[in-house]
Amino acid sequence: MLCYAILAVPAAAGVLAGVLRWRLLLAWLAVGANAAALGLGIALAVQTDQHRTVHALDGAIRADALSAFMVVVIGVISLLASVQAVRYLEAEVIAGRCEARHASLFIVLGQLFVTCMLAAVLAANLGGVWVAVEATTIATTFLVGHRRTDRALEASWKYVLICSVGIALAFLGTVFVYFAALQVPGHPTGASVLDWTSLMAASHHLNPAVMRLAMALLVLGYGTKVGLAPMHSWLPDAHSQAPAPVSALMSGVLLTVAFYALLRFKAIADGALGPSYVRVLLVIVGLASLLVAASLLLSQRDYKRMLAYHSIEHMGLIALGAAAGTTVAIAAVLLHILGHGLAKAVLFLASGEILLVEGTSEIDKVAALVARRPLLGGIFGFGLVALLGLPPFSLFVSELNMIRGEITVGLGWAAGLSLAAMAVIFAAVMAHGRHLLLGGTDTSRNPVRTPRLVTVPLLGGLAACAAIGVSAWPLQSLLYSAAHVVTR
Amino acid sequence: MIAGTELNLLELAAGVVLACAVLALWRRDLRALVAVLALQGVALAALAAVLSVHDGDAGLGAVAGVVLAAKGMVVPGLLARVVRRDPGSRESAPLLNVPASLVGAAALVVIAYLSAGRLVSAFPGPTTRLAPLGLATVLVGLFVLVTRRKAVSQIVGLILVDNGVALVAFLLTAGVPLLVELGASLDVLLVVVVLQVLATTMRDRFGHVDLDQLRELHD
Repeated sequence: MLCYAILAVPAAAGVLAGVLRWRLLLAWLAVGANAAALGLGIALAVQTDQHRTVHALDGAIRADALSAFMVVVIGVISLLASVQAVRYLEAEVIAGRCEARHASLFIVLGQLFVTCMLAAVLAANLGGVWVAVEATTIATTFLVGHRRTDRALEASWKYVLICSVGIALAFLGTVFVYFAALQVPGHPTGASVLDWTSLMAASHHLNPAVMRLAMALLVLGYGTKVGLAPMHSWLPDAHSQAPAPVSALMSGVLLTVAFYALLRFKAIADGALGPSYVRVLLVIVGLASLLVAASLLLSQRDYKRMLAYHSIEHMGLIALGAAAGTTVAIAAVLLHILGHGLAKAVLFLASGEILLVEGTSEIDKVAALVARRPLLGGIFGFGLVALLGLPPFSLFVSELNMIRGEITVGLGWAAGLSLAAMAVIFAAVMAHGRHLLLGGTDTSRNPVRTPRLVTVPLLGGLAACAAIGVSAWPLQSLLYSAAHVVTR
Repeated sequence: MIAGTELNLLELAAGVVLACAVLALWRRDLRALVAVLALQGVALAALAAVLSVHDGDAGLGAVAGVVLAAKGMVVPGLLARVVRRDPGSRESAPLLNVPASLVGAAALVVIAYLSAGRLVSAFPGPTTRLAPLGLATVLVGLFVLVTRRKAVSQIVGLILVDNGVALVAFLLTAGVPLLVELGASLDVLLVVVVLQVLATTMRDRFGHVDLDQLRELHD
């Protein structure tokens, strides 16, 4: 029942926006639906605690603690993003840049996007996960190009083409896993071959040669959607050209929903191959991502692109944490997924407001934001602090625990390299951030207030990120139950 | 175990799928590319149909019908609409010329056979033995994607990758679960629709769909 509601409520808001005439109330309706999904997700997390699972729809839907955790993450970020969508659509319609029809379409596709992500984490069948992840690409293409500028079109072309290729490779990987499962005597046949439970039960008997091929394709394929190097090149364009609420959703959760699929497959492959094979793959893509992010962040002149490259860095860190694979490390990976999602969503949403009021996405032209818009500048500044992994924000705790996990399994050298890359990124982002917020000498204009509609949710997001960093209380048991799902 | 005429038909269909991929690399006329793609879709559907007759699996027969409709007709039809707005269009300047591309394709086929060698020797069988053809099609598709610059050629590359994946899926598993297979076919259809709309919009806006001239976003 709970699972049906989680999928149906956000979808219903999208359907209503599709059939009713455009008015701003529809955007608020989406906010309400996403808030409800968050509430239901928390209820699901309570139900799935202590290794219990929830099934629905003839076993096609299956929720364990990991699914419930991801539902909560999707709920939080989509709630933040949809509040900002109200602001975005209102401004675009008033400025005449967006017809009523396109405003409705934005809500329809946005809610479809959220529903697809929820379906991906609730699907019992790994083939079903694939279909849902692929569907997110289709739902988001026109959202990326929603502003209909030349650059937005180019970005959406690159996005849909590269991600479709990636996801096709992930499908090939899934086919190989299916083939390996068919060879196991006594494995269920028919639609349930790719069910998570039956694959986990059979994982020790899967053919290693087939699973090696499968995992290489899956890491490359889902890695494309995660934004891991060397398949990351769509990410900076898509995330910087999309409207802010879409960037927040894509960067804050879509990347990690794809990573969720990798975590599941990793658990299966570890049974067949032992932990070292997938570990090597994840260390390679993780370090490559950190290297790409560090080298390209140095010369960024656009603050939205800066945030996009920062996502590549964090996905690299998550890949390294998953490579360690201990329960502590996976719990830290999950905490990082939530913390990065919150901080990145806040930053992208704040950057949308900056773009709206300043009219440019170049760092140089904005300069000295704090003097003109103290609250907005302050939010952006604290968001950067959170993202750079400074206390009290939760990313500090999760990065520390991921590094601890890496050292315990003998990946200390990789942890050292990642710290070096993080130091470079820290310096680069601090320099860009200082320039954006405090640079220049322009203090002539009077401070302008930013509307509460923007500041209240963003402050809430930052406060949540800090709160889970200081006290892991409501999350601790959920994080460990979820980590146990994929570490046995 | 599949044998006799059915096996011959399977081998023929799988061979045609790879041959079409190589042809797509050879022909630079975009209209010819679309025709090659339609032929490949039909070969893939025929392969699924033969497998469904052999296994007596009605579900797979339905999949064959969907593949024929989606990959043999609708997808090439959509591409033909993009090409028709641009008569006489050719892949003017691929990053790698045709003879070099064909040598590259030969190398990719060898790589496909080498990388699938372990799999074929672990599970010998008439259909597993053909799986490297699918892998080779995937690799040729990736090759088209990185060396061609026209929007239509890039869509062709994506569809080649996808058809290669479908060929492997049919040969190894006689189609993954029906629902997933149908989902996959429909997804591809939607992706092509999305790409077609984007290509048309770009054409109307820029007057061309040459991705070399779309270079505003870079670092």
